[in-house]
Amino acid sequence: MKPFAFAKPGDVAEAVRTVAAEPAAVFLAGGTNLVDHLKLGVARPDLVVDVRTLTSREVTDLPDGGLRLGAASTNSEVAADRRVRERYPVLAAALLAGATGQLRNAATTGGNPLQRTRCVYFQDVTTPCNKREPGSGCSAVGGYTRYHAVLGVPAALPDPTDPATCIATHPSDMAVALAVLDAQVQVLGPTGERTIPFAELHRLPGDDPSRDTVLEHGELITAIDLPALPEGARSTYRKVRDRASYAFALVSVAAVLAGDDVRIALGGVAHKPWRASRAEGLLRGRELTDSAVRAAMDAELAAAQPQPGAGGGNGFKIPLVARTVAATLRELTEATR
Amino acid sequence: MDAEISLHVDGEEHRLTVDTRTSLLDALRERLGNTSPKKGCDHGQCGACTVLLDGQRQLICLALAVAHDGAEIVTADGLAPAGELHPVQQAFIDADAFQCGYCTPGQVCSAVGVLDEVERGWPSHVTTDLTGDVELSAEEVAERMSGNLCRCAAYVNIVPAVQAAGQ
Repeated sequence: MKPFAFAKPGDVAEAVRTVAAEPAAVFLAGGTNLVDHLKLGVARPDLVVDVRTLTSREVTDLPDGGLRLGAASTNSEVAADRRVRERYPVLAAALLAGATGQLRNAATTGGNPLQRTRCVYFQDVTTPCNKREPGSGCSAVGGYTRYHAVLGVPAALPDPTDPATCIATHPSDMAVALAVLDAQVQVLGPTGERTIPFAELHRLPGDDPSRDTVLEHGELITAIDLPALPEGARSTYRKVRDRASYAFALVSVAAVLAGDDVRIALGGVAHKPWRASRAEGLLRGRELTDSAVRAAMDAELAAAQPQPGAGGGNGFKIPLVARTVAATLRELTEATR
Repeated sequence: MDAEISLHVDGEEHRLTVDTRTSLLDALRERLGNTSPKKGCDHGQCGACTVLLDGQRQLICLALAVAHDGAEIVTADGLAPAGELHPVQQAFIDADAFQCGYCTPGQVCSAVGVLDEVERGWPSHVTTDLTGDVELSAEEVAERMSGNLCRCAAYVNIVPAVQAAGQ
């Protein structure tokens, strides 16, 4: 492991100044992903700035009936919070579907959405990867694509030598729930505070796959706010994976039903948590029959690009995610009858 | 780069100087001679290094020692007074819940954490009613212990051992 200096500032403002002043500095919170990357050589910082105990670990009530999750609150404590379980079951379920008990006790609200892709080529420093080493190419195209994207990619076999090519997926379950809940991300940076709608936090690869989010260097998530859901809203999370436990999603679905409003977010299919806005628009105010949901998902997935690759590629995700959405919405509508 | 830290491990306080790259696991095993937590994968995938860190089960292969200055750590070795067994350890013996034993200290610490989490009413992925009570069914134990791998596949006895310890 490359040597690094370690700093534990007295408060968040000092932490932000410290990271902002050093281009090769990173924030450390629960460390479940970063420490692994230090070992693998995926992350090679000169300075590690520990913020684990600097932000709030509490879940607090907001005046509008929502909740504020302090950035240092752990995944297990948020999933166990009675207000989260009662008012935002989609978030509790998503958190509980992720990782293991030991990891959830360490992973934090601020850190979980910022975890990096589990693309095997990103994590293997001996292979080209535009996300890890910009401009080096993409090894995933035509390779092992079972966990890779079908939405937000330009073609079924994008040019692997193009510096913009990246077919990685975002691995977080929590982030899919936060996307469907229209969460608001509270951020402190070197020039002050700002609030980022969760749907705008993560980005598609664009021309720079190395950037997972719109956060600038030195910007720190201090809390994530959950707006109140309408009275009578129902929500849940469904994850499909290769093992019954402790595996990343092949596809996942977070859904909220609130009156005429249908909200759907997809995991495991894109570089970011994918809000299925097109399907939502087609389903708003409609009876959620299986055929209506299938038609809406056909429209949502019209631009999907199945990636060929070892073991048959990932084209299976397209029908799988459509059926998983249908099953999830059926579960929610049957529960309301 | 070095840093001086203190660790409270199994009731004893230690002061030591560590390289900033040292994991809590290596600090315990290589510096303090506590080989109870095991190094399996060293990447957070096997659970062999599970201890109680500040009261909760965690993996110390993914924890930097320098980031846990002042931490309270209980390993499987420190769960009970010298010469005695913790009820979870006794339950593992009674149920023959191991073969080679390499994963066992991590399994035992994880199980102690599981029982505490169930006691506090924390749901799991397989809990049907997120807001209801938790029954320590075999399915619940298997899900909650899924972060502890056993290459001997002693799971069929580990699950009943954890259930028995939770009675």
